[in-house]
Amino acid sequence: MNRRVNLKTFSQGDGPLTHVLPEDQLPLPPPFDKIEEEPPIAPLADDALEKFVALDDTITLNIPKPKNAAEEAKLINAFLSGLRKLFSAADNWTFLQPLLISMEHCARCQTCSESCPIFVESGENELYRPNFRSEVLRRIYYKYIKKASTWTHGDIELNWRTVARLIELSYRCNLCRRCAQTCPMGVDNGLLAREIRKIASQEMGIRLKELHEDGSMLQMKVGSSTGMNSLVLKDNMEFVDEDTSEKTGIEVVTPFDKKGADILLMHNAGEIMAWPENVGAFSLLFNQAGLNWTMSSEAPGYDNINYGVFYDDVQFARVALQHAQIAKKLGVKKIVLGECGHAHKALTVIADRVLTGDMNIPRESALTVMRDIARSGKIKFDKSRNDFPVTLHDPCNVVRLMGIVTPQREVLNAIMPEGRFREMAPHGVKNYCCGGGSGFAIVGGHNFPSWRHHLTGRRKFRQILEAFADEEWGPEHHKYVCAPCSNCKGQMRDIMNFYKANEQGLYYGGLVELMVNAMVDANPGYVDWEWH
Amino acid sequence: MDEVTTVAELPYLLAYVALAVFVIAVIARAVMWARLPMHVRWELYPVAHEPPEKVEHGGSFMEDSEWWKKPRETSATGELKVMIPEILFLVAVKEHNPTLWTRTFPFHFGLYLTIGATALALLAGVISAVAPSALAGGAGELVRWLVLVIGVAGFVLAIIGALGLLHRRLSVRSLRSYSAPADFFNLVFFVVAFGCGLLTFFLVDPDASKAMAFASNLVSFELVAVPGNGMEALLPTASVVLLSLLVAYVPLTHMSHFVGKYFAYHAIRWNDEPNLAGGPQEAKIQALLSQKVSWSADHIKGEGKKTWVDVALENPAVEEDK
Repeated sequence: MNRRVNLKTFSQGDGPLTHVLPEDQLPLPPPFDKIEEEPPIAPLADDALEKFVALDDTITLNIPKPKNAAEEAKLINAFLSGLRKLFSAADNWTFLQPLLISMEHCARCQTCSESCPIFVESGENELYRPNFRSEVLRRIYYKYIKKASTWTHGDIELNWRTVARLIELSYRCNLCRRCAQTCPMGVDNGLLAREIRKIASQEMGIRLKELHEDGSMLQMKVGSSTGMNSLVLKDNMEFVDEDTSEKTGIEVVTPFDKKGADILLMHNAGEIMAWPENVGAFSLLFNQAGLNWTMSSEAPGYDNINYGVFYDDVQFARVALQHAQIAKKLGVKKIVLGECGHAHKALTVIADRVLTGDMNIPRESALTVMRDIARSGKIKFDKSRNDFPVTLHDPCNVVRLMGIVTPQREVLNAIMPEGRFREMAPHGVKNYCCGGGSGFAIVGGHNFPSWRHHLTGRRKFRQILEAFADEEWGPEHHKYVCAPCSNCKGQMRDIMNFYKANEQGLYYGGLVELMVNAMVDANPGYVDWEWH
Repeated sequence: MDEVTTVAELPYLLAYVALAVFVIAVIARAVMWARLPMHVRWELYPVAHEPPEKVEHGGSFMEDSEWWKKPRETSATGELKVMIPEILFLVAVKEHNPTLWTRTFPFHFGLYLTIGATALALLAGVISAVAPSALAGGAGELVRWLVLVIGVAGFVLAIIGALGLLHRRLSVRSLRSYSAPADFFNLVFFVVAFGCGLLTFFLVDPDASKAMAFASNLVSFELVAVPGNGMEALLPTASVVLLSLLVAYVPLTHMSHFVGKYFAYHAIRWNDEPNLAGGPQEAKIQALLSQKVSWSADHIKGEGKKTWVDVALENPAVEEDK
């Protein structure tokens, strides 16, 4: 196998096109700098390679290999049909203009390459160059849809391998749009990756099970992608309230379905299952601040996720409408999104041009509400309770894609002693993705987690280690990675587990937990340094 | 014979046609971009028209609590502060790809100077036609020297840049393997056309008097043959022909990115205009949502019959169970 992928070999041969080997990758900073001790990417099982289209070291979509020429043609034709619809104003008004700009104006200067953490951490493997998949898409479009000259737009062979691999390749991008930030022309490779995902989902019915069947469909069926229905939610929240009350010494009751409340707080329901201390901290904080707020127990109002934002405009619109309908029914003044990045962007920014009339209920980030609480003086904070090094991860969806940068820093400033905050480099709108973006944090098929740890999560982990470079390592030297986003926390948990980072004192959590940890009225020790 | 186009008139006619093609193509592209339907918000921070204290860290109005209750503050100056250096000095390339910048900046700046020199020569032609005495003597001389200096500098810089870009595109594998034949041709075309122009200045028009005369004739529609014989006439004619073809060619290719770039920034990256309840966007959104959807996957089955509203209000997860 030739590990050097190019636009020709992409359409040729069976089996994986490339592998990333340990020697391709740069060592991490101390204390994880012994690359020879790092396990390589876990190999794919032989039967998976036999059955499914393989692109590289992993498989996400389980696209079966066509058995005959008719199946091959069906795959190609369905893709071309979807590609045509992508350029129709009726079918794709949602993204037509950004799509066309990105298709027509790439100068193929590769300025975007170095901005991509996956490309860089792969040892600059051509397959992961952000413009590689975009260029495949462009060439197919110009040659087979526009029937334009290959002299002008370049050539590509279109066969079932090209189609299947391109779709699989669209799931090797975190959609963080860091590359788009660097493009002098405004070309957006993240957008193009998502548009390929849309063709696959909206036309061909190919998408990640975790995002579709176990994601948006399950959410629309029972109320949450966690599988939690309304009754289970109430039960779980009772436990959360009890635990939070016990831990803090302040009685906490989460209000539900309060009509006319000022705020409808919508959490990522995954928090309730995996990080109940986050949800409990919000209930305590909002109650103590005297806010008139509520949660909803009506499906899917208790789960703010909207996975359509990663792969499918129709699924996106459906969930956004259901969220808005619940807020409308409750008659709340605004929806506040808990610590979940993609939910922020989905409901606040993208749904902004979907919701109209009485469904157009104002939406706001919890980070600004938390900042206002910190500013208000209604709650007294003891900064010394957070006397440990903290670094802050900027979730792409909240920061680069929404411009919410300072509220979370202002909160930290109000609840931490001076000199304990470690800013990552780069940070803010130039941050790196956690590595779990675009749904990767919840994808567990085959060996995908192993691939993710080696490629998508490595840059963020590197940044974390660099941020704490001057600290002492070891389990007794606590260091807190503040990640105010469920998806990012899932990724932090997984990569820290992978490297056994807790043995070096690394711990992750949200922002609101740190606020409660510093609340004078609450018992100390809300952040318990127990590994979850 | 008088009604038949002569060789003498050809450069003028080509120049008129090229300018017309350029203007029409650029307008057509701008109209095409502008007429595309409103899309969902897809901004990318920093957004230059946010107030300066927010632009500093890439912040947005969404950092303010209940921002929808506050008057929206945007700064046209902020946009200009980003746009002008970006257009003139290609700041984004300089920041993110300094090696490329050392080639693409001289190329683009050379183009700007060439356009500037051409515009100055045409303007002088117009002034001379309207007020013949205005540019007599010193002022006319000054303009001629300016055209010469700016024009030659433009040609030199653009040629150096184009050769640098060509060399890089040929020698760097990650650029070469992504390039179409046209990408190389385009750069060669610039080198040849500008090289011809530069040779004309050096060999047969060292004081730019021929260039000035041509521009003056062009604006006053006096299609007079380029004076002189042999190389003296051939080089200026060849320059006009090549440059005219280039002017007509550019907007028909992806090099028309100077039009698209405006929309890439203003209509996408910086398009953060919120849809306020009862605001002007709502009617547009409702019209867009009433369009028919033809996506075929099982969970949509639009078939060109259902509208976006229809499919958005469906719940296929519940219908699956029925």
